[in-house]
Amino acid sequence: MSSLSETDSHDLELKRLKTSQTHCGTPQRVFVPPLRRVDPSKPPLSAQRPFPLSHGTTTLGFVFQGGVIAAADTRASAGGLVACPAVHKITPIHSHLVVTSSGSGADCMLWERILTREIRLYELRHKRRLSIRGSAKLLSLMLHPFKGTDVCVALTLGPRLVYVCSDGARLQGDVISVGSGSPYAYGVLDGGLSWSLSKEEAVSLAREAVFRATHRDAYSGNNVDLFHVTAQGWIKVKIDKYNSNKVMIITKLQK
Amino acid sequence: MEYLIGIQGPDYVLVAADNVAASSIIQMKHDYDKMFKLSDKILLLCVGEAGDTVQFAEYIQKNVQLYKMRNGYELSPSAAANFTRKNLADYLRSRTPYHVNLLLAGHDDADGPGLFYMDYLASLAKAPFAAHGYGAFLTLSILDRYYRPDLTRDEAVDLLKKCVEELNRRFILNLPSFNVRLIDKDGIHDMEKISIGTK
Repeated sequence: MSSLSETDSHDLELKRLKTSQTHCGTPQRVFVPPLRRVDPSKPPLSAQRPFPLSHGTTTLGFVFQGGVIAAADTRASAGGLVACPAVHKITPIHSHLVVTSSGSGADCMLWERILTREIRLYELRHKRRLSIRGSAKLLSLMLHPFKGTDVCVALTLGPRLVYVCSDGARLQGDVISVGSGSPYAYGVLDGGLSWSLSKEEAVSLAREAVFRATHRDAYSGNNVDLFHVTAQGWIKVKIDKYNSNKVMIITKLQK
Repeated sequence: MEYLIGIQGPDYVLVAADNVAASSIIQMKHDYDKMFKLSDKILLLCVGEAGDTVQFAEYIQKNVQLYKMRNGYELSPSAAANFTRKNLADYLRSRTPYHVNLLLAGHDDADGPGLFYMDYLASLAKAPFAAHGYGAFLTLSILDRYYRPDLTRDEAVDLLKKCVEELNRRFILNLPSFNVRLIDKDGIHDMEKISIGTK
């Protein structure tokens, strides 16, 4: 089989990029800086963690009868510093596609823009919109050459929930939460989630889950962004702007 | 963390894989399918590093289908296994090796059923039964003890259930359910999922 000739390993990084460009169908002039190979023999200089705890954020998404809810906190942390308390981690890409991002902020912004461009190019070339699973696969294939480097992106796409990670995973599901606060969010979500939630119940469940995660996780905090995606498109759900602390006090008073 | 098992009978191969897709300590999916259909009578079961599994398995899948389109007939399981191993070996000493462990199961009209064990170091072995993952340490001895070359299909499923029972009793991680498929001369058949509750 002639495909074997492509497995020649010299100059692999560029070669992989080229083969992924031709095999994907849509030619991709992905202009990103060249890869700097990280030396695997040098250990990273940081404290030992019990398990990999990267992506200082809490983002989640779930599907219910009224569409998809995507929620995220708004804190950007840089080590122990809160670099920005009002970051948008949920970005609309087009009228029916919303991306929640987690991981390195710069990488996420870059890849969101690249994804937006590639989806738009596909739409112009083929005169139809790329499906959600197609967009996820496109992103996953574009990220594949950067596997093992420091690029750190984990995105969930709506309205059908797909989780794409820069280490290559691509999973479709009904409930997905990403980030350092995700175990806490899963705890709240798994208990309260069902298909037949009304929109208000779903919004309050999502907000509660992110809030509980921000309470326990040091790297998540500040406010909660909420998007509701349906077949008609996405809407940013406006909640009364108040701080996480007040929510805690209010829920305590309700008991 | 992940578990694959295959048992070859006189005219069939029974394979099973767990359904968990995990990311560090979190189970992200409970119904993830780790089996890839290469052709009507060949299944590739693939576990390993997160993105490598899907990338590599889909690459092999598409190439096997391409062969059929170009030549008009399908690859035999043995040829597909050797092709897969060659690719693993080629990428092994490159800068981006694929860290995947595979079981390839298929039925050939000429050679009969075949189960092939491959690992990330590009080794290949045709075996009557095989398993991958930490669970293999617990279950290979059960397979050694109870396997016979002339197992009927029901006996093979019972043997599989014995293995799953042992995993549920002694394996530290929770693997709640398993996909089970059977390959024989009529193709690939989906069998009943094995969950913790099934006896």
